[in-house]
Amino acid sequence: MTLEPQAYTITRADLVAYAEASGDHNPIHQDDAVAESVGLPGVIAHGMYTMALAARAVSTWFPGCEVASLGCKFTNPVVVPAEGGVDIEVAGEASEEDGLTTVRLTVTCEGQKVLGMPKAVVRAPAHD
Amino acid sequence: MPVDQSLVGRVFPPTRPYAVTAEHIGSFVAAIGGAYDGGAAPATYPIVLAFDAMNAFLEAESIDLFRIVHGDQKFAYERPVVPGDVLTATLTVASLRQIAGNDIIGTTSEITDSSGALVCSTSATLVHRGAA
Repeated sequence: MTLEPQAYTITRADLVAYAEASGDHNPIHQDDAVAESVGLPGVIAHGMYTMALAARAVSTWFPGCEVASLGCKFTNPVVVPAEGGVDIEVAGEASEEDGLTTVRLTVTCEGQKVLGMPKAVVRAPAHD
Repeated sequence: MPVDQSLVGRVFPPTRPYAVTAEHIGSFVAAIGGAYDGGAAPATYPIVLAFDAMNAFLEAESIDLFRIVHGDQKFAYERPVVPGDVLTATLTVASLRQIAGNDIIGTTSEITDSSGALVCSTSATLVHRGAA
Protein backbone atom coordinates (compact mmCIF):
# COMPACT_ATOMS: atom_id res chain seq x y z
CA MET A 1 0.00 0.00 0.00
CA THR A 2 1.36 3.39 -1.00
CA LEU A 3 0.98 6.03 1.68
CA GLU A 4 0.32 9.68 0.99
CA PRO A 5 3.63 11.59 0.88
CA GLN A 6 4.12 14.13 3.66
CA ALA A 7 5.92 17.44 3.13
CA TYR A 8 7.84 19.38 5.77
CA THR A 9 10.13 22.41 5.88
CA ILE A 10 13.20 22.76 8.10
CA THR A 11 14.52 26.22 9.03
CA ARG A 12 17.52 27.38 11.10
CA ALA A 13 15.06 28.40 13.84
CA ASP A 14 13.79 24.79 13.93
CA LEU A 15 17.35 23.57 14.44
CA VAL A 16 17.81 25.98 17.36
CA ALA A 17 14.57 24.74 18.95
CA TYR A 18 15.54 21.12 18.30
CA ALA A 19 19.02 21.59 19.81
CA GLU A 20 17.42 22.99 22.95
CA ALA A 21 14.80 20.22 23.21
CA SER A 22 17.10 17.31 22.35
CA GLY A 23 20.27 18.48 24.09
CA ASP A 24 22.24 18.13 20.85
CA HIS A 25 24.17 21.39 20.72
CA ASN A 26 26.65 20.28 18.08
CA PRO A 27 27.63 23.59 16.41
CA ILE A 28 27.61 22.00 12.92
CA HIS A 29 23.83 22.46 13.20
CA GLN A 30 24.10 26.18 14.01
CA ASP A 31 27.33 27.66 12.70
CA ASP A 32 28.43 27.63 9.04
CA ALA A 33 32.09 28.22 9.91
CA VAL A 34 32.26 25.16 12.20
CA ALA A 35 30.35 23.02 9.69
CA GLU A 36 32.73 24.01 6.90
CA SER A 37 35.76 23.38 9.14
CA VAL A 38 34.83 19.66 9.25
CA GLY A 39 34.19 19.44 5.51
CA LEU A 40 30.43 19.99 5.40
CA PRO A 41 28.86 22.34 2.83
CA GLY A 42 27.34 24.49 5.60
CA VAL A 43 24.93 24.14 8.50
CA ILE A 44 23.16 20.78 8.27
CA ALA A 45 20.04 19.55 10.02
CA HIS A 46 20.51 17.09 12.87
CA GLY A 47 20.15 13.64 11.32
CA MET A 48 17.75 13.01 14.18
CA TYR A 49 15.65 15.97 13.03
CA THR A 50 15.10 14.35 9.63
CA MET A 51 14.51 10.99 11.30
CA ALA A 52 11.95 12.65 13.59
CA LEU A 53 10.11 13.91 10.49
CA ALA A 54 10.09 10.36 9.13
CA ALA A 55 8.60 9.18 12.44
CA ARG A 56 6.09 12.04 12.30
CA ALA A 57 4.90 10.84 8.89
CA VAL A 58 4.50 7.31 10.28
CA SER A 59 2.39 8.61 13.17
CA THR A 60 0.27 10.60 10.68
CA TRP A 61 -0.32 7.47 8.60
CA PHE A 62 -0.89 5.17 11.60
CA PRO A 63 -2.36 7.35 14.35
CA GLY A 64 -2.27 5.78 17.80
CA CYS A 65 -0.07 2.89 16.69
CA GLU A 66 2.88 1.87 18.80
CA VAL A 67 6.22 1.83 17.01
CA ALA A 68 8.13 -1.43 17.49
CA SER A 69 11.31 -0.38 15.71
CA LEU A 70 12.69 2.48 13.67
CA GLY A 71 16.01 2.82 11.90
CA CYS A 72 17.90 4.53 9.11
CA LYS A 73 21.30 5.52 7.85
CA PHE A 74 22.20 9.16 7.38
CA THR A 75 23.49 9.07 3.82
CA ASN A 76 23.32 12.67 2.66
CA PRO A 77 23.40 15.85 4.74
CA VAL A 78 20.36 18.14 4.70
CA VAL A 79 21.83 21.62 4.22
CA VAL A 80 19.65 24.28 5.83
CA PRO A 81 20.03 27.81 4.41
CA ALA A 82 20.35 30.82 6.74
CA GLU A 83 17.25 32.36 5.14
CA GLY A 84 14.06 30.49 4.33
CA GLY A 85 14.05 26.74 4.72
CA VAL A 86 14.62 23.43 3.02
CA ASP A 87 11.84 21.06 1.98
CA ILE A 88 11.73 17.42 3.01
CA GLU A 89 9.35 14.84 1.59
CA VAL A 90 8.55 11.56 3.33
CA ALA A 91 6.96 8.82 1.22
CA GLY A 92 6.12 5.32 2.37
CA GLU A 93 5.06 1.84 1.32
CA ALA A 94 3.34 -0.34 3.91
CA SER A 95 3.04 -4.11 4.11
CA GLU A 96 1.38 -6.11 6.86
CA GLU A 97 2.29 -9.43 8.42
CA ASP A 98 1.38 -11.06 11.75
CA GLY A 99 -0.17 -7.89 13.18
CA LEU A 100 2.90 -5.83 12.38
CA THR A 101 3.04 -3.25 9.64
CA THR A 102 6.39 -2.61 8.01
CA VAL A 103 6.75 0.84 6.48
CA ARG A 104 9.57 1.31 4.01
CA LEU A 105 10.21 5.02 3.74
CA THR A 106 11.76 7.25 1.14
CA VAL A 107 12.98 10.55 2.54
CA THR A 108 14.14 13.14 0.05
CA CYS A 109 15.42 16.69 0.11
CA GLU A 110 15.02 18.51 -3.19
CA GLY A 111 14.72 15.19 -4.99
CA GLN A 112 17.78 13.59 -3.40
CA LYS A 113 17.48 10.72 -0.90
CA VAL A 114 18.91 11.79 2.46
CA LEU A 115 18.21 8.68 4.57
CA GLY A 116 19.40 5.18 3.74
CA MET A 117 16.90 2.34 4.11
CA PRO A 118 14.62 4.18 6.53
CA LYS A 119 12.17 1.67 7.96
CA ALA A 120 9.57 1.61 10.71
CA VAL A 121 7.64 -1.34 12.11
CA VAL A 122 4.38 -0.48 13.84
CA ARG A 123 1.98 -2.58 15.91
CA ALA A 124 -1.73 -2.28 15.28
CA PRO A 125 -3.56 -0.69 18.24
CA ALA A 126 -4.68 -3.28 20.82
CA HIS A 127 -8.28 -2.05 20.55
CA ASP A 128 -9.30 -0.75 17.18
CA MET B 1 44.31 11.32 16.85
CA PRO B 2 42.51 8.00 16.31
CA VAL B 3 40.22 6.74 19.03
CA ASP B 4 41.78 4.05 21.24
CA GLN B 5 40.94 0.50 20.09
CA SER B 6 40.80 -0.75 23.69
CA LEU B 7 37.45 1.06 24.01
CA VAL B 8 35.61 -1.75 22.23
CA GLY B 9 33.37 -3.58 24.69
CA ARG B 10 33.63 -0.86 27.31
CA VAL B 11 30.40 -0.13 29.19
CA PHE B 12 30.08 3.44 30.43
CA PRO B 13 28.31 4.33 33.70
CA PRO B 14 24.53 4.85 33.45
CA THR B 15 23.48 8.44 32.90
CA ARG B 16 21.89 10.45 35.71
CA PRO B 17 18.17 9.51 35.94
CA TYR B 18 16.09 11.80 33.76
CA ALA B 19 12.46 12.57 34.66
CA VAL B 20 10.35 12.82 31.52
CA THR B 21 7.74 15.58 31.64
CA ALA B 22 4.83 16.42 29.34
CA GLU B 23 6.35 19.92 29.00
CA HIS B 24 9.63 18.53 27.71
CA ILE B 25 7.99 16.10 25.29
CA GLY B 26 5.87 19.05 24.14
CA SER B 27 8.95 21.15 23.38
CA PHE B 28 10.54 18.23 21.50
CA VAL B 29 7.39 17.77 19.40
CA ALA B 30 7.08 21.52 18.79
CA ALA B 31 10.69 21.66 17.55
CA ILE B 32 9.81 19.23 14.76
CA GLY B 33 6.67 21.18 13.92
CA GLY B 34 4.16 18.82 15.48
CA ALA B 35 1.40 19.16 18.07
CA TYR B 36 1.67 17.08 21.26
CA ASP B 37 -1.47 15.38 22.59
CA GLY B 38 -0.13 14.61 26.08
CA GLY B 39 0.32 10.87 25.46
CA ALA B 40 3.29 8.78 24.36
CA ALA B 41 6.46 10.58 23.28
CA PRO B 42 7.45 10.47 19.58
CA ALA B 43 9.48 7.49 18.44
CA THR B 44 12.77 9.40 18.26
CA TYR B 45 12.38 10.95 21.74
CA PRO B 46 14.68 8.35 23.43
CA ILE B 47 17.56 10.05 21.58
CA VAL B 48 17.49 12.60 24.43
CA LEU B 49 18.73 9.84 26.74
CA ALA B 50 21.05 8.25 24.18
CA PHE B 51 22.57 11.64 23.39
CA ASP B 52 23.22 12.31 27.06
CA ALA B 53 25.07 8.98 27.27
CA MET B 54 27.00 9.77 24.07
CA ASN B 55 28.06 13.17 25.42
CA ALA B 56 29.40 11.57 28.60
CA PHE B 57 31.31 9.06 26.48
CA LEU B 58 32.80 11.77 24.22
CA GLU B 59 33.78 13.84 27.23
CA ALA B 60 35.41 10.86 28.96
CA GLU B 61 37.43 10.15 25.81
CA SER B 62 38.19 13.83 25.03
CA ILE B 63 36.45 13.60 21.63
CA ASP B 64 35.13 16.89 20.20
CA LEU B 65 31.38 16.83 19.51
CA PHE B 66 31.78 19.09 16.48
CA ARG B 67 33.88 16.38 14.79
CA ILE B 68 31.05 13.85 15.16
CA VAL B 69 28.58 13.16 12.37
CA HIS B 70 25.76 10.66 12.81
CA GLY B 71 26.12 7.61 10.54
CA ASP B 72 23.04 5.64 11.45
CA GLN B 73 20.53 5.20 14.23
CA LYS B 74 18.22 2.36 15.19
CA PHE B 75 15.63 2.01 17.94
CA ALA B 76 13.87 -1.12 19.15
CA TYR B 77 11.09 -0.36 21.60
CA GLU B 78 9.71 -2.43 24.45
CA ARG B 79 7.12 0.27 25.11
CA PRO B 80 6.62 3.97 24.35
CA VAL B 81 8.10 6.64 26.63
CA VAL B 82 5.41 8.50 28.60
CA PRO B 83 5.43 11.51 30.95
CA GLY B 84 6.43 10.43 34.46
CA ASP B 85 9.05 7.96 33.27
CA VAL B 86 12.41 8.25 34.99
CA LEU B 87 14.97 6.94 32.51
CA THR B 88 18.67 6.26 32.35
CA ALA B 89 20.85 5.22 29.42
CA THR B 90 23.83 2.89 29.55
CA LEU B 91 26.20 3.12 26.59
CA THR B 92 28.47 0.35 25.34
CA VAL B 93 31.12 0.81 22.65
CA ALA B 94 30.28 -2.04 20.28
CA SER B 95 32.78 -1.55 17.48
CA LEU B 96 35.52 0.72 16.23
CA ARG B 97 37.25 0.95 12.89
CA GLN B 98 39.24 3.54 10.99
CA ILE B 99 38.35 4.47 7.42
CA ALA B 100 40.08 7.23 5.45
CA GLY B 101 41.25 9.06 8.57
CA ASN B 102 37.84 8.87 10.25
CA ASP B 103 36.91 6.75 13.26
CA ILE B 104 33.69 4.80 12.79
CA ILE B 105 32.38 4.20 16.31
CA GLY B 106 29.52 1.76 16.86
CA THR B 107 27.61 2.29 20.10
CA THR B 108 24.59 0.71 21.73
CA SER B 109 22.56 2.30 24.54
CA GLU B 110 20.01 0.54 26.69
CA ILE B 111 17.37 2.84 28.09
CA THR B 112 15.76 1.58 31.28
CA ASP B 113 13.07 2.92 33.61
CA SER B 114 13.21 3.38 37.39
CA SER B 115 12.30 -0.28 37.95
CA GLY B 116 15.25 -1.32 35.78
CA ALA B 117 12.98 -2.56 32.98
CA LEU B 118 14.20 -2.05 29.43
CA VAL B 119 12.22 0.62 27.57
CA CYS B 120 14.25 0.93 24.39
CA SER B 121 17.49 -0.36 22.89
CA THR B 122 19.25 1.99 20.53
CA SER B 123 22.30 1.68 18.37
CA ALA B 124 24.18 4.46 16.67
CA THR B 125 27.15 4.72 14.38
CA LEU B 126 29.18 7.86 15.03
CA VAL B 127 31.63 9.11 12.45
CA HIS B 128 34.50 10.97 14.08
CA ARG B 129 36.04 13.15 11.40
CA GLY B 130 39.78 13.39 11.79
CA ALA B 131 41.54 16.76 11.85
CA ALA B 132 42.44 17.95 8.33
